[in-house]
Amino acid sequence: MRIRSIEDLEKLSREYSRKLCCPEGIKINIGMAMCGISAGAKASFEKAREAFPSGKGIQICQSGCLGFCKEEPLVEIVKSGKPRIVYKQITEDKIVDLIQGYVQGDLHKEWILGQMRDPRSLLEDPIENPLDQVEPLEGVPFLEDLPFYSKQTKIVLRNCGYIDPEQIEEYFARGGYFAFLRSLNEMKPAEIIQAVKDSGLRGRGGGGFPAGVKWETCAREDPERFIICNADEGNPGTYMDRSVLEGDPHSVLEGMLIAGFAINSSQGFIYVRHEYPLAISRLVTAIRQAEEYGLIGENIAGSGFDFHIKISTGAGAFVCGESTALMASLEGKVGRPRAKYIHTVEKGFHMKPSNLNNVETYANVPVILLKGAEWYAGIGTKYSKGTKVFSLVGKIENTGSIEVPMGISLRDVVFNLGGGIPGGKAFKAVQTGGPSGGCIPEMFLDLPVDYQELTKVGSIMGAGGMIVMDEDNCMVDMAKHFIEFLKEESCGQCNPCREGIKRMLDILTGICEGHGKEGDVELLEELGAMMQKFSLCGLGTSAPNPVLTTILYFRDEYEAHIKEKRCPAGVCKALSH
Amino acid sequence: MSQAAQEPQIDYVELDRIIEEDFDNNKENLIMILQNVQKRYNYLPDPALVHVSQKMEVPLSEIYGVGTFYKTFSMKPRGRNIISVCLGTACHVRGSYNVGEYIQEILKIKEGETTEDGRFTLEAVRCIGCCSHGPVIKVNDDIYSGISPEKVRDILELYD
Repeated sequence: MRIRSIEDLEKLSREYSRKLCCPEGIKINIGMAMCGISAGAKASFEKAREAFPSGKGIQICQSGCLGFCKEEPLVEIVKSGKPRIVYKQITEDKIVDLIQGYVQGDLHKEWILGQMRDPRSLLEDPIENPLDQVEPLEGVPFLEDLPFYSKQTKIVLRNCGYIDPEQIEEYFARGGYFAFLRSLNEMKPAEIIQAVKDSGLRGRGGGGFPAGVKWETCAREDPERFIICNADEGNPGTYMDRSVLEGDPHSVLEGMLIAGFAINSSQGFIYVRHEYPLAISRLVTAIRQAEEYGLIGENIAGSGFDFHIKISTGAGAFVCGESTALMASLEGKVGRPRAKYIHTVEKGFHMKPSNLNNVETYANVPVILLKGAEWYAGIGTKYSKGTKVFSLVGKIENTGSIEVPMGISLRDVVFNLGGGIPGGKAFKAVQTGGPSGGCIPEMFLDLPVDYQELTKVGSIMGAGGMIVMDEDNCMVDMAKHFIEFLKEESCGQCNPCREGIKRMLDILTGICEGHGKEGDVELLEELGAMMQKFSLCGLGTSAPNPVLTTILYFRDEYEAHIKEKRCPAGVCKALSH
Repeated sequence: MSQAAQEPQIDYVELDRIIEEDFDNNKENLIMILQNVQKRYNYLPDPALVHVSQKMEVPLSEIYGVGTFYKTFSMKPRGRNIISVCLGTACHVRGSYNVGEYIQEILKIKEGETTEDGRFTLEAVRCIGCCSHGPVIKVNDDIYSGISPEKVRDILELYD
């Protein structure tokens, strides 16, 4: 059926909302994002489907990732009138036991991660919490109270782990597409743009540019305009966008549809990293389902608004996360950036006005429109509104995908949500911003997560990687790692970046191999300053950041390598005695 | 054996179908067309690229540029099984270089090379996106997480 009005959507939403919160029989939700699958979720899923074929009162379903990747595979059991329980590390050797046990009254408490207090969506029309009348389990913590979850505010991740990403109806059930249809029916494009401006939403891909201002500028020019979603997520150590694309692809489609209507564009593109085949396939399914319901295509809901979305894949080039390189790649060319004195909002894809935003940026938009710009701007700090999704990884107890309000301290993230450093090791640094960012030492752990504050200490917010390092990581080796990465990824067209990175790598490799000499650090600083000033694009201008911050905060490690031919962390093999 | 002797027989009918029907013979879709070629032949054979150039009226030099610019393309034949070692930062912090070095040692090949018997090609990837479970390797489409050198042998045994 095609959705022709908000009433059509409301009817579907009510029907599926009931099915989601009060399913027939027993519903088993297995977290099937790529991280869960790599931990064994697919094997568990197949074993469960084999052992419990459909039609016998037990539904085996898939969901996205609830975020607590360390404890995957995560499995949730839902039964009407009973507590909703989330189980951890349910590999294929446990899944049948778990389900059979549940049916027979054995809850396998030793495998429980937590029970849900409130599974409702942020965006559903107020409905009663189905768990209000349910007696909670004794001695079992609420999921929402666990340190990993208690300080999170899930806006972008609102549906991840709660719905099957391949069932659009479950997205409707949780308030999906209401923001889009209301915009079509009740708002003018200029009002939508104003709402996004008032919310203070800044680009979440790393640039931090005010989204509403970008939309407004793009809406001024040439009548042929494009909406582009950057789903390249090239920063190593990050998977925030993957979580959204695999767990709630419609949130991105809806954001793009709203943006398209706001700037009067009829064509959207999603540029997805080749290394994310599951995200690509879920997006393909999502677009097809939205088209079947008439939410993408011609004359959407009789409004006269047309919008089509095409998926294009990357092919392994970090530089294609840069806007001009991405657009070149979308045109089927080599991804070489161009100088940005001509903005892509004026001349972008095929030299037409193009609005490029990150996955996370678009996923915020439906919430801003439904809950209101003022509500959104009430979260966060003066210059950084809303929440930010981070992938919390590296030497940290609780690895996973988290969404926290801007302004939370790094210390809270690392030691509270993150559970601190495993093995009793000492914290050394947290790296934000990927290869464009910096390594932040312990003395700055009380800094709030905020665009301005992170820049003051030499790092950047970036796209959301938060990589924790401990006493066993060598900071000179980390600097070399980033420069090695960038040497492979530099497009090579400008001297400062191409030659600067090459020379930095030579120097850093020399230091790590015991050939460092007096003056090396100063030369790195000089090269860094040159690249920051003169490189053509952001890859080159930000490449020195990890090197310069490690020199600034961990100079003693550089000096040990150079003067004493010693690697304090014991990583650099040539210097390990 | 020279590369010319190893070149596969290109199915030009299928290639034309991919270009015209799947991708509208639209230059914007060049990268995805080449990805389909690589999926079919395990690399980008020269005759296929020449045909794409003629069919799509894109200079061969541009196609060569695309083929050599993007890391996931291989311009030379690859082994039956592709091992991708994730060298992303989260995996690096957890010692993925040890895994990479170990694989090079036991297979006696470096990154980008193929074993003599054509069984494995070793590639690096930055990053796969399973950062919570590093170090991670991928063999063909299968992802293995929490990898240490000890686990590598058992995994490689599974692949002919």
